[in-house]
Amino acid sequence: MAFAVALLSRTKQYTECPPLMEEDKYQDSRQKLKNILKPMEGAEETGLIIHEELCSGCGNCVVACPVNVANDPHGSGRGFGPTNEKVIFRVENGIVKAANIKECRRFGKDRILCRACIDPCPTEAIEFV
Amino acid sequence: MEMTEPITWTCTGCALLCEDIQVHIKDNKVEKVEHACLKGKARVYGCKHTAISTVDQAEVDINSAISQAAEILEKAKNPLLYGWSNSTSEAQVAGIELAQTLGACIDSTSSFCQGITINEIMNGSIPSCTLEEVREKADVVIYWGADPMSSHPRHLSKYSYFPRGELRQRGYEEDRTAICIDVTQSRTAKICKAMFFSIPPGGDAEFMRALMDGLAGRVPKLSYDFDVKRILELAAVLKKAEFGVIFAGLGLVYSIKEEFDLILEFMSTLNRFSNFSLIPMAGHFNMRGFNHNLHEKTGFIHRVRFTKNGPVSGVEYSVVEQLKHGADAVLVVGSDPLASLPLSIARRLKDIPLILVDPCANLTTRVADVTIPCGASGIEVGGTAVRLDGKKMDISPIVQGDGLSDEMVVRRIMEEVS
Repeated sequence: MAFAVALLSRTKQYTECPPLMEEDKYQDSRQKLKNILKPMEGAEETGLIIHEELCSGCGNCVVACPVNVANDPHGSGRGFGPTNEKVIFRVENGIVKAANIKECRRFGKDRILCRACIDPCPTEAIEFV
Repeated sequence: MEMTEPITWTCTGCALLCEDIQVHIKDNKVEKVEHACLKGKARVYGCKHTAISTVDQAEVDINSAISQAAEILEKAKNPLLYGWSNSTSEAQVAGIELAQTLGACIDSTSSFCQGITINEIMNGSIPSCTLEEVREKADVVIYWGADPMSSHPRHLSKYSYFPRGELRQRGYEEDRTAICIDVTQSRTAKICKAMFFSIPPGGDAEFMRALMDGLAGRVPKLSYDFDVKRILELAAVLKKAEFGVIFAGLGLVYSIKEEFDLILEFMSTLNRFSNFSLIPMAGHFNMRGFNHNLHEKTGFIHRVRFTKNGPVSGVEYSVVEQLKHGADAVLVVGSDPLASLPLSIARRLKDIPLILVDPCANLTTRVADVTIPCGASGIEVGGTAVRLDGKKMDISPIVQGDGLSDEMVVRRIMEEVS
């Protein structure tokens, strides 16, 4: 159970389980686990994944993100494109990009399960794992 | 025009005309675009296939194509000049002057789009406001038969729902209510969550009447299955609005165009209890510009024919009626009628001489008798345009093109016919 929790919190990788990797009888389980954990491969440290193929660049997340608003109140907070580099979300070439991920409310020990960027996305292009 | 620093650009991808776009140019080519949505990005990167000068589908030099176009228009007894919504206001004005010179009919895509709504706004029958007022003041926004999340992707983030405004410091979180009334659960409807009101196709007029009943304190009646309580709740939200805005989409306009006075009655009823404006969801970047420019010259917003006794307007001069029976030559500028008109109407384009002025190769270039390429408006050609709320905007070119602007092409044709 402890290993499962470590897997989900991404402090351990499934490849660190010796029986799973070495014993043939776990071959099917290994493949299943690999598939289940696949979405987490591209995730940021906060678990953020942007599905670029779904994003329409509407910028809802850019304006809704409380960190963007706090760090760029007269740009992102007012609906314009970000005016400085302190923001998490910005749209480049029609697709949203994430930076400064350590500023995200979901990062670090005191993280909270903020959904401010997920809920306004009409295409479900933003996900946290 | 080589530069590495970003330049600020007004996007011509849709009628929102976002003026905060940053474009990085290198060697006269777009390298990167910031803050633009996918539509804007597609616009700024230009045509996939550029148009070439042709006569009878054979490549010719541009001067020959212009001469052939002038000859066709001069010979025609009833030419139609159509399109204009993807052109600058300067090109539209040149087109109106050409129509006057030829004694032609002139019409734009607004003829079967938001023209009817814009007409009522321009003659003062429907109150309207600017998008800046929406951002600073609006507390209740209604998307009726409109899906801006698909058609104008930055609509909600830049103006109508998410941003913090002067009187709406908490933005969407507490200070604004977004309502969607539509026949389908669109992307915009998903944002509106519980404030999405799903109505059956063609059910807009009945819903509007029911809502008016609700506003007046009567029990609403509907022939289709709908929870009357929800209409009463909606009426209560509308009554409490300090600054409400209805974004009228084509879904609403098409649904009630036969009884359009109902919108006037609805707005009047609503404003007895509250304070609401209406903004039409024009699509192409300068569709509304054509209405304003033509109105300035003729007093009509579209469907105009220039006669010896002056300009006249009527449904018989609309692109649809003229293509059904009437026009014996067509000049299309800033539109792709084969892609946008119903096939039954577009089919006639192959029976009459067709001249197309456009920067890109498109469906219509495949059947055009004469194709004249021009610089892309807002990319290679600057000028002015009118945003969907009626605000005049300057648009600047970002790269240097080597062709004529659409305005220059129209003026060259005019020189040859007059």
